[in-house]
Amino acid sequence: MTEIDVRLEGVTKRFGEFTAVDDVSLEIPRGSFFAMLGPSGCGKTTTLRMIGGFEEPTAGTVLLGDQDVSLLPPYKRDVNTVFQSYALFPHLSVEDNVGFGLREHGVPKAERATRVAEALDLVDLEGYGKRKPRQLSGGQQQRVALARALVNRPRVLLLDEPLGALDLKLRRQMQLELKRIQQEVGITFVHVTHDQEEAMTMADQIAVMNEGRIEQLGGPTELYERPETAFVAGFLGVSNLIAGRLDGGDVVAADGSRLAVAPDAVGGRSGAVRLGIRPEKISIAGGDAPAGASVAGTVREYAYVGVATQYVVDTAVGEIQVFHQNATPGMQVAQPGSRVTLTWDPQATFLVEGETQ
Amino acid sequence: MRGLRRFLGRHLLTAFAILGFVYILLPIAVIALFSFNDPAGKYNYNWQGFTFQYWREVLAIPALRDAIIVSIEIALLVSVISTILGTLIALALVRHLFRGRSSTNLLIFLPMSTPEIVMGASLLALFLNLGVSTGFVTILLAHVTFCVSFVVVTVKARVTGFDRRLEEAAMDLGANVTRTFLRVTFPLILPGIGAAALLSFALSLDDFVITNFTKGTVITFPVYIWGAARIGVPVQVNVIGTMIFLIAVGIMAVGVLVSVVRARRDRAIAAQAVEAH
Repeated sequence: MTEIDVRLEGVTKRFGEFTAVDDVSLEIPRGSFFAMLGPSGCGKTTTLRMIGGFEEPTAGTVLLGDQDVSLLPPYKRDVNTVFQSYALFPHLSVEDNVGFGLREHGVPKAERATRVAEALDLVDLEGYGKRKPRQLSGGQQQRVALARALVNRPRVLLLDEPLGALDLKLRRQMQLELKRIQQEVGITFVHVTHDQEEAMTMADQIAVMNEGRIEQLGGPTELYERPETAFVAGFLGVSNLIAGRLDGGDVVAADGSRLAVAPDAVGGRSGAVRLGIRPEKISIAGGDAPAGASVAGTVREYAYVGVATQYVVDTAVGEIQVFHQNATPGMQVAQPGSRVTLTWDPQATFLVEGETQ
Repeated sequence: MRGLRRFLGRHLLTAFAILGFVYILLPIAVIALFSFNDPAGKYNYNWQGFTFQYWREVLAIPALRDAIIVSIEIALLVSVISTILGTLIALALVRHLFRGRSSTNLLIFLPMSTPEIVMGASLLALFLNLGVSTGFVTILLAHVTFCVSFVVVTVKARVTGFDRRLEEAAMDLGANVTRTFLRVTFPLILPGIGAAALLSFALSLDDFVITNFTKGTVITFPVYIWGAARIGVPVQVNVIGTMIFLIAVGIMAVGVLVSVVRARRDRAIAAQAVEAH
């Protein structure tokens, strides 16, 4: 069995009347890259702060390994944080920033210098040790913050939207670099982000959070292919959700048409559900051709984006978005008003809860 | 016509600015000029001739020298005591929620808004009622009373603008509460504390009204000038006044210079960093 580095048991955090984190339980195995993903205010940062020791849980237990750290101050926990705004000490040089934790832990001066140099090397900042933080670019400051945390070799590294302040190009570059560094040092990373692409690029496991709760926890593929709630389906990518009722392994839509569902997607569900299908999993063809999982419709609008064409199709079961890869040469576009048939493999479908009235 | 308007538009602001500076600086210029005067009688009001004599003999009058020493002693002690007290009050006011915080915030402004004559008179009444004989210690107490307010206001501004995440970062890296204060909080609010200390030094050195009520037989520099004015102010007073002004301007100039040089260097290095990227 893999060792568990972080364990949350029924953790709740209330600020007055407001419940920021609501009965969250999870386990983060050693050496994994774990992401907490969700919109702002979903409780992901508060959860991270409770692991870091900056907030005390109102209820529940935070464990690092086997140790209950729920009420320990940050300086008694074997975790380090990369803060959203980096929080570099402006009055200290890059070296002294990175060596701060080592000095507090009584590491001798000579060893400190070696480890600081190694850490700066790891983040590609060798030779920048004498500078002050304000003499660095945003991306460099971000690297210093990372080195400052990693140099202490913590059990767990917490990252609070560490790439949020960087521009898109730099962010993509840093995503891959963070992943490389994590594999190199083998420390457990807990990463908080609201960017689904970032979470999917980097993490082994993602907890999708909404209103203080974990909506779904799983690997990127699992979350994308088999989202279990409408929130997850909508937060990670685009989904078509067709309302209906489960009947004999099919979903019967409002107009009476039967749509096949992947058997393993049914789970224990029954009654009112919504059938989900991703836009890129639908093939679009001209004319009416009734078949197994086919829906006929009329093109309402399209957008040609080069690599693909996006359609919005009006059908008897509602509006459906289609993402058609332009794999064949020449421009072939179904014009608005033309009749089309949409087909998909039932294996590509998933089910979420029915619409709440 | 249009040319004139344009000329005025371009230069009027400059002209007013110069007039403003003249208005502020003229009295100081006169003081400085008359520190080189060689007055015929005991009144230093008419220009008689140029001399360096009084700059050379600045400490020649024993009473004036003693007054200056007393003033500097008091100012140093006041600035140390009120800076420590005021900094602690400022930290408490910004950092901690406690019963009476808002009233403390209000009371802190009281010594600044009370007319000095009222404060001086009431302090004297207090000392008399308590049977405390006025002198060096009572001047010290009185000065600390009003300097603390200025320190609190100055340091509070710095502490309020302080990024609390820096303290979280320090604790995250293993520093306990005391270490965090020593290694992060204190060094970062130090400029504010320094400014507050200089301010209280200047306020104490300069005070006459409150000192006059609480001085007993002690004579400070302003009290000496006040006494001397009736029988003729010695030229040395102008010399010392000019010195104080020059020291103040010097400190300010160094401060401005340091920040300009530092900003320029940071910009150059940051530009290099962007290019290298």
